[in-house]
Amino acid sequence: MVDVTPGAVAPVPPAEVPEVELYHPHSWWTKYVFSQDAKVIAIQYSGTAIAIGLVALVLSWLMRLQLGFPGTFDFITPEAYYQFITMHGMIMVIYLLTALFLGGFGNYLIPLMVGARDMVFPYVNMLSYWIYLLAVLVLVASFFVPGGPTGGGWTLYPPQIILSGTPGGQGAGIILMLVSLILFIIGFTMGGLNYVVTVLQGRTRGMTLMRMPLTVWGIFTATVMALLAFPALFVACVMMLFDRLLGTSFFMPALVEMGEQLSYGGGSPILFQHLFWFFGHPEVYIVALPAFGIVSDLISTHARKNIFGYRMMVWAIVAIGALSFIVWAHHMYVSGMHPYFGFFFATTTLIIAIPTAIKVYNWVLTLWRGDIHLTIPMLFALAFIVTFVNGGLTGLFLGNVVVDVPLSDTMFVVAHFHMVMGVAPILVIFGAIYHWYPKITGRMLDETMGQLHFWITFIGAYAIFFPMHYVGLVGVPRRYPDISGTAFIPESVSTLNAFITVAALIVGFAQMVFLFNLFWSLRFGREAGGNPWRATTLEWQTPETPPAHGNFGKELPIVYRWAYDYSVPGAKEDFLAQNDPGGPRAAASA
Amino acid sequence: MVFALALVLVVVGSVLFHILSPWWWTQIASNWTYIDGTLVITFWITGAVFAAVVLFMAYCVWKFRHRPGNKADYEPENKRLEWWLTIATAVGVTALLVPGLFVWKQFVDVPEDAVEVEVVAQQWQWNYRLPGADGKLGTSDSRLISPENPLGVNPEDPAGQDDVIVEADDLHLPIDKPVKMLLRSIDVLHNFYVPEFRAKMDMVPGSVTYFWFTPTRTGTFEVLCAELCGSGHGFMRGIVMIDTEEDYAAWLGEQQTFAEISAEQQTGQLDTDDVEAAKSGPGGVAN
Repeated sequence: MVDVTPGAVAPVPPAEVPEVELYHPHSWWTKYVFSQDAKVIAIQYSGTAIAIGLVALVLSWLMRLQLGFPGTFDFITPEAYYQFITMHGMIMVIYLLTALFLGGFGNYLIPLMVGARDMVFPYVNMLSYWIYLLAVLVLVASFFVPGGPTGGGWTLYPPQIILSGTPGGQGAGIILMLVSLILFIIGFTMGGLNYVVTVLQGRTRGMTLMRMPLTVWGIFTATVMALLAFPALFVACVMMLFDRLLGTSFFMPALVEMGEQLSYGGGSPILFQHLFWFFGHPEVYIVALPAFGIVSDLISTHARKNIFGYRMMVWAIVAIGALSFIVWAHHMYVSGMHPYFGFFFATTTLIIAIPTAIKVYNWVLTLWRGDIHLTIPMLFALAFIVTFVNGGLTGLFLGNVVVDVPLSDTMFVVAHFHMVMGVAPILVIFGAIYHWYPKITGRMLDETMGQLHFWITFIGAYAIFFPMHYVGLVGVPRRYPDISGTAFIPESVSTLNAFITVAALIVGFAQMVFLFNLFWSLRFGREAGGNPWRATTLEWQTPETPPAHGNFGKELPIVYRWAYDYSVPGAKEDFLAQNDPGGPRAAASA
Repeated sequence: MVFALALVLVVVGSVLFHILSPWWWTQIASNWTYIDGTLVITFWITGAVFAAVVLFMAYCVWKFRHRPGNKADYEPENKRLEWWLTIATAVGVTALLVPGLFVWKQFVDVPEDAVEVEVVAQQWQWNYRLPGADGKLGTSDSRLISPENPLGVNPEDPAGQDDVIVEADDLHLPIDKPVKMLLRSIDVLHNFYVPEFRAKMDMVPGSVTYFWFTPTRTGTFEVLCAELCGSGHGFMRGIVMIDTEEDYAAWLGEQQTFAEISAEQQTGQLDTDDVEAAKSGPGGVAN
């Protein structure tokens, strides 16, 4: 038995925190609706995130229809097109990806994986979800106000975002967007404090930090980052709300709109961009780190092999988290900030490629001499590596300041960030749902539907976004609803755009198979048993499946080993659960 | 098996797509061939890494697929291998970064002899101002903008009197002369983007940004706005013509200076159509 924990550690240190009495629900309402059980809250978060994500999916179809077949759909005016792309972007990044990874997977997996009965502040945890739901409802409301939602791009750049030339700029659209973001951040902070404190204080006996599954490391680090990054967005939203409603000029210089002198003056539009990207770049890793963690666990479990280089993986997660706070201005190389910043931010940005590359190496080296089961979760995890490597490498184009200059603001950027933070994390989400669905419901998702869903999604998504890079290489700018009739753009680009649209529609409809599977398997899925993947981590060792309130029955589990004891030489089975005291450990210490 | 094959096909397909793709950047029309050069280096290095990683994965998925009786190795760490991979990555990253920063230095440093040309953007059109005989642009302020003075040129500044004003019309530039494009916006963010020049930069109301380039071939090039600027963003187009020295001189001779435009307006000789055109939009009110 190799223990990768550095230095000598008592196999089972004493409990740091005494057991506390859980809140016990008294009625159906407090058990399933206003629940304080992290597992119920997780499902509420996930359901809400997926529901609003479907809205974003439909918006993406509408924008792709416009790009693929410009002029065919009369109702897609330029204003409507800009509203679609803005809402699609904001929903996907904040209300789907962030909420699903942290609110959904974080809530479900953290207490179970670290051996806690629940989050440490269950009541605040419940509030977190209800505020998130309110934020989503406010966002949805903006579709129904006069003028519609804001159409200034998901980056919300002032001054245009609050002026009349932008859809929703002078209406309620932008106000509702800002209020919704403010609510989201308040709700997230409540949840985020919970995840951090639970990981630090709520671990069971023996669960040292360096024995935690990488899923927990990923979610934990991402949450710490989010708690530090979201305040920048929060103040930016408040300041912009003041500019819009009270006539302050935080982000508004003296300007002339449509021939009319406005009363603003002295503010800085670039200040907003700094605040936005100080949040916005860590946000990329807030989505990516949980995905990194989850994919590590999926690969290790389904390859029946310990994750390669666990310590390096943990340090890479922490290093990426820290570095991601000093790279934000690589989104602003052509923003008009001082050009000398380019030297600094290009250097930091390319340095972050190193810990990221280490993670990729360790994933593929985990496959080496493994015993690879190509289950549906494993297929999604491996497909993630392909799309993540692809999207990460095009990041080296855009991060390297001078290479970014011709590519910035083109479709190349759109292709890059969809590959790396759209397709890649969503493939992990799918993999994770196929992996943990048996624990959540007690039944397996249907394999045939899973295969169909996987192949269309993986190949289709690659067919959408790989060619899109070349549209950008030609020079096609992003955020143009119609590029036909532009001299430097050959006619063949329109053909390619139509192809991408068809691929996008097919991939979109394939997701209906997945949704159907979620409901169908709830009733007709094969019974899973407690540990269908024969995995080591604690959530698979619960006495009941799905786990009951309190997770672990009378006694909390005691942890004796790290999360990756697969195929240990001399062990009877090809896995040793973290709470398994026997096996080679006993033999070695004897 | 099928999946390993699919991974190989992803690599082969991507490489073939790259080689056979008719979609490639426009023929360059400026001095920034170095930018294209760094881009090509980046394609080679990243392409090689992508193929290596995915093909290695494909091999593993095929070679170590589950068969009855198989057992995985137990190997938590391999420090030597991990360090070698880290160092190799650092070398690759340096090979990308160093040439990139070298070219960026050139991009930032404007040559002494570059002629200044001002681009003034507004929703949704392009205007230009060229220095007159004195070679200097006069000062400007968006508070001075009015229908009579659409670019906000300071009438008190003698340097501005001979500035050539090009309003909502094509810009002409002479070939082989470095130009420093001074970028100004009077309302929202815009971005002056000509794909063939490679260089681009945002225009920010309240400040003046810049980039420089040297046009290297004559022709007509389309200007696009590359920073979302409201519902007319997709229609914010313009034309830059790169002329020979003689053609440029001929064009410049036809343009009006700020002083000429102001004088015409004071004596009321400007016909009404031009006044309408000079207004930047309906409902224009001077302060």
